[in-house]
Amino acid sequence: MPKTQGLPNRLGIRGWLGGGRWGMERYLYTLHRLTGLGLVVYFLLHIIVTSSRAFSEEAWERAMGAVSGGFFRFGEYLVFAAFAFHAVNGVRLVLVELGFGVGRPIEPVYPYRTSVDHQRSLAIGALVIAGVLAVLGALDILMMR
Amino acid sequence: MKDSTPKEVLYRVRRFEPGRDQVPHWQDFTIPRTPGMTVLDGLWTIKQTLDPSLSWRSSCRMGVCGSCGMLVNGRARLACNTQVTELGSGVVAVAPLPNFDIIRDLVPDLAPMFDSHAALMPYLVREDVAEQEKPTGEFAQSQEELEHYLQFSYCIKCGCCMAACPTVATDPVYSGPMPLGQAHRYNADGRDGGFARRREVLSGERGPWRCHFAGECSRVCPKGVDPAKAIQLMKRELVWDYIRLRKAPRPACVSPKPTEIRRRPDIPEAPARTI
Amino acid sequence: MMRDQKLWTWHVGAGVVILVLLGLHMTIMHLDAILEFTALNPAGGEPIDWQNVVARGKTLIFPVTYILLLGAALFHGLYGLRNILFELGPNSGLKKALSALLVVAGLGLFILGTWSALASFTLARSL
Repeated sequence: MPKTQGLPNRLGIRGWLGGGRWGMERYLYTLHRLTGLGLVVYFLLHIIVTSSRAFSEEAWERAMGAVSGGFFRFGEYLVFAAFAFHAVNGVRLVLVELGFGVGRPIEPVYPYRTSVDHQRSLAIGALVIAGVLAVLGALDILMMR
Repeated sequence: MKDSTPKEVLYRVRRFEPGRDQVPHWQDFTIPRTPGMTVLDGLWTIKQTLDPSLSWRSSCRMGVCGSCGMLVNGRARLACNTQVTELGSGVVAVAPLPNFDIIRDLVPDLAPMFDSHAALMPYLVREDVAEQEKPTGEFAQSQEELEHYLQFSYCIKCGCCMAACPTVATDPVYSGPMPLGQAHRYNADGRDGGFARRREVLSGERGPWRCHFAGECSRVCPKGVDPAKAIQLMKRELVWDYIRLRKAPRPACVSPKPTEIRRRPDIPEAPARTI
Repeated sequence: MMRDQKLWTWHVGAGVVILVLLGLHMTIMHLDAILEFTALNPAGGEPIDWQNVVARGKTLIFPVTYILLLGAALFHGLYGLRNILFELGPNSGLKKALSALLVVAGLGLFILGTWSALASFTLARSL
């Protein structure tokens, strides 16, 4: 690692949360990370909880009973909404990070139209679709009661 | 200037003197507001009239050398390119570029960025070294081929993109937008044949894999280089390379100088040399 | 060192697989009231009722796609977690330890999940 001189000045975790004035994609990056972490944590527990179906009906009912309270129901909705956002934004990221939708290299003329501006409509579309899915998920839960 | 414009401007500058200070602190200066004043102009006024110990880097004062990258009102910019009026009528807060160690006051230590840059071989890598040392002709490159990398060649290495990148904020191993953008500038250059050598660095932790397209680098770049675009295009090349879909172009050949040249009859002779 | 170039490509590929399979799973579990999937919830009621779990678990396609989804999601999620942890700048010893821990946890959960998929298939078939 290169040696440095002087007082350390990295932003650290603050750099993830807001070191300066940001654009929309920066917040989408943060939200993508948060939903990813939430999904991973839920998933690891989910594998363990649903393995009860391999034992017997009683084991399954016990496991489902343990996660049936209002807090858990709401948590499951959050997981659904997190997936909706993470998946739709993920589609945008797959496209953009493979270089589709970022535009071709151009002669920079001020005010610059960057790759971020170029894919802005993709980002907004992704948010809209994720929003629609989140609303559908909420309706589904309300219809069940 | 309108009568309602304040006559003065308040600068809040982040000061740090190694040996004297333990931590950086803000210091306020009030200076006259002049028409067309840039942030850099204000710093010079402070140094010349109020505090000669204030330190920063600057050179061309016209946005081409990349020396004066600083954090102005929370955003990485060139001090010479930023008009004080575009910051509104409040305080002008000037701090050194984040994500670099502070040497003194507004002077960041850019050496790690240049080390990462050098590790990615930011120069034409070709087998015919003799031709590069003693050229016999030009490397053939069409206008279209030039446009594949021209935008990324405008980089002035100011470090603003590195300051804005969320990954550089926490990860000391990640190369950062400038070195990676410049690696793509050479990979995309038709005259270059160094993709395989750069790939040795790019395929690992110092490659573009920790870029998640937050896009801040491109938003702050003062020259419109769009390093985010370069990095995503480079990721595509590297992925295609892994799944063996990449068509490896051969480096541009040398166009020898034409030996049989005849002047067109309607073009007059040049006047005789006078020197 | 080809590692991250390869791993990231697989991360993206796994993401696409999860988009399809988990999208289906989420639709079955959380959009059934809106879309009315009688084929997959033949006993009526909620998708997590035991009768529906058994009815789905009898068919071969379910354990097969669950195992696929399990593998893809474990790889995608744990590689993403590894990225987040590594970006915090740990030293190389800690990096090796974290990688090993994540691989062990991933393999362990994969084995557990595969076993549950196959065991519940057998159980459902017997009911």
